[in-house]
Amino acid sequence: MSVNDKAIEVRNLTKRYDGLTAVDNICFEVRKGELFGFLGPNGAGKTTTVRIITGVIKADDGTALVMGSRAGSLKAKQVAGVVPEMANAYNDLSGWKNLLLMAELYGIASGEAKERGEVLLKDLGLLERKDGLVKTYSKGMKQRLILGMALISDPQILFLDEPTSGLDVQSTRLIKSLIKSLNDKGKTVFLTTHDMDEANQLCDRVAIINKGKIVAIDAPERLRIATSGRRSVEVSFTDSVSVNNLARLPSVNEVQKIGDKYRLYTDAPGDLVVTLVNFSASNKLKIISLNILAPSLEDAFVALTEKEHGYV
Amino acid sequence: MSDLVEFRQQFWRSLAVARKDIRIYYAKGPVIIYGVLMPVFLFLAFTIGRSLPAESMIPGLLGMILFFTATAVSPIVVPWEAQARTLERLMAAPVKLETIIFGDVLASFIFGAGISAVPIIIGLTLGITIASPGILVLAIVLAAFCFAALGNVFSTPPTNTPATVNMIAAGVRLPIVFMSGVFIPLDELPAWGQNIAYASPLTYFIDIARNLMDGQGHLPLVIDFLAIVGFTVVFLIIAMKLHHRTMPRRI
Ligand SMILES: Nc1ncnc2c1ncn2[C@@H]1O[C@H](COP(=O)(O)OP(=O)(O)OP(=O)(O)O)[C@@H](O)[C@H]1O
Ligand SMILES: [Mg+2]
Repeated sequence: MSVNDKAIEVRNLTKRYDGLTAVDNICFEVRKGELFGFLGPNGAGKTTTVRIITGVIKADDGTALVMGSRAGSLKAKQVAGVVPEMANAYNDLSGWKNLLLMAELYGIASGEAKERGEVLLKDLGLLERKDGLVKTYSKGMKQRLILGMALISDPQILFLDEPTSGLDVQSTRLIKSLIKSLNDKGKTVFLTTHDMDEANQLCDRVAIINKGKIVAIDAPERLRIATSGRRSVEVSFTDSVSVNNLARLPSVNEVQKIGDKYRLYTDAPGDLVVTLVNFSASNKLKIISLNILAPSLEDAFVALTEKEHGYV
Repeated sequence: MSDLVEFRQQFWRSLAVARKDIRIYYAKGPVIIYGVLMPVFLFLAFTIGRSLPAESMIPGLLGMILFFTATAVSPIVVPWEAQARTLERLMAAPVKLETIIFGDVLASFIFGAGISAVPIIIGLTLGITIASPGILVLAIVLAAFCFAALGNVFSTPPTNTPATVNMIAAGVRLPIVFMSGVFIPLDELPAWGQNIAYASPLTYFIDIARNLMDGQGHLPLVIDFLAIVGFTVVFLIIAMKLHHRTMPRRI
């Protein structure tokens, strides 16, 4: 990666809150044009990291560059659009006034701001309500407006901290498809999320952070494969079976009983299917259903965040 | 980017911050109560029954209204934004912390300077004369800015509850009013009272107003003006320094 390809460059970033290391010496890079996912359980340090990169708080150690400029500098902020976690627009202003205020703070000429604002509000499905006060908006409308406020300056890079959390299917879809199309048009996106499907569908690469440390960075697909120990076969029989008997079968790593089904984690799902068929025959059982489950990003996530030290 | 270009940009953006404050915060109840009603009632409470001539009352009323209105908005804007969760968005924008603070102070200044017209009009209808209206306007402008900056200092404790900040502000504002020669001119205060009065920026503004309306100034006008400017610089420096420390802790 040459210097000019990097949208974000984070080196040895550390942030401590009295006694607790919220972000612990993390390093990563995001390429220009990339849609980069930042995943981690609650309290992992995602928001803290985003806040440092967007210049809202200062790191105790390490450096972060945004488009080559120091995080927190006016230059770095100027090229970024930010949707902070749980942020609000100004409730006592209309959606339109909120947009124009943001444009002024980014030094966007008023004509340009109005033109772009109209288009954005239309894309976000807010055009009819643009002159209504934000306090009369629904949660989904507010969040869409906040995304619009982040986009009014036509930023090169977009930071989104859980932009769809708590929203209904429609708002979520709208926001996701907008993120996708922005990225298609070349914008770099840094997306923090809990939603594995979202990350899987949208992201070119994801970083998984746990307890302040990055435990993996890779394409979602490759993360799934890398944790193939989490591949599994799901089976159900006409009669109940002892979990211990299933666990003793060759190549089974772990057994979980899920409702009337058994999920058997394995490295060799093909072999296990044959074993299960033989097992049912020798125990006079009938198999009702049998599925090989591909490892999901969620499985990868769980595997990586449960271990103290993942692979990097 | 040259420093001058950056400075101009940041100045324009601080105006955007100030406009936002004016649109949002002026209509809030506490601003009206602490800013407008409180000084009027306070003044009435101390002057009713004392048959004072208008020209000795109006400087005190003007000073108090200017002081209360100019310190009404600036203490609560930052905590209010933090509580409403709009602050982080603002901090992520390409504006310096100084730009945000300056914008907040500016909004307070405009509120204070604007409302000071009310006691002046009352005074004029009561027949007072103003020796040099130009100097009075300059004094109002400088003092309103000074008080707005002081109000901003009140907002530096890292609490996000506007009511708490209002309590802190009220606790400081009242003593300042009592030590500033609002009700009793400086000339009539004992020496220790005068020494206390010199610690308050409001003293110097009221002294200017008395000088221009009543001819009863205690200090030379130049000293009064220098004191107001000096206080302003000190308040701004304190506000910026403390906000740098406490602002990141609010989000
Ligand atoms: N201002 C603060 N003061 C003290 N501790 C903090 C502060 N902000 C964050 N922390 C702590 O730092 C850790 C990381 O928090 P952070 O908000 O970055 O997590 P997160 O990954 O965004 O979690 P979530 O998914 O819940 O949003 C947590 O343990 C949190 O309690
Ligand atoms: Mg978070």
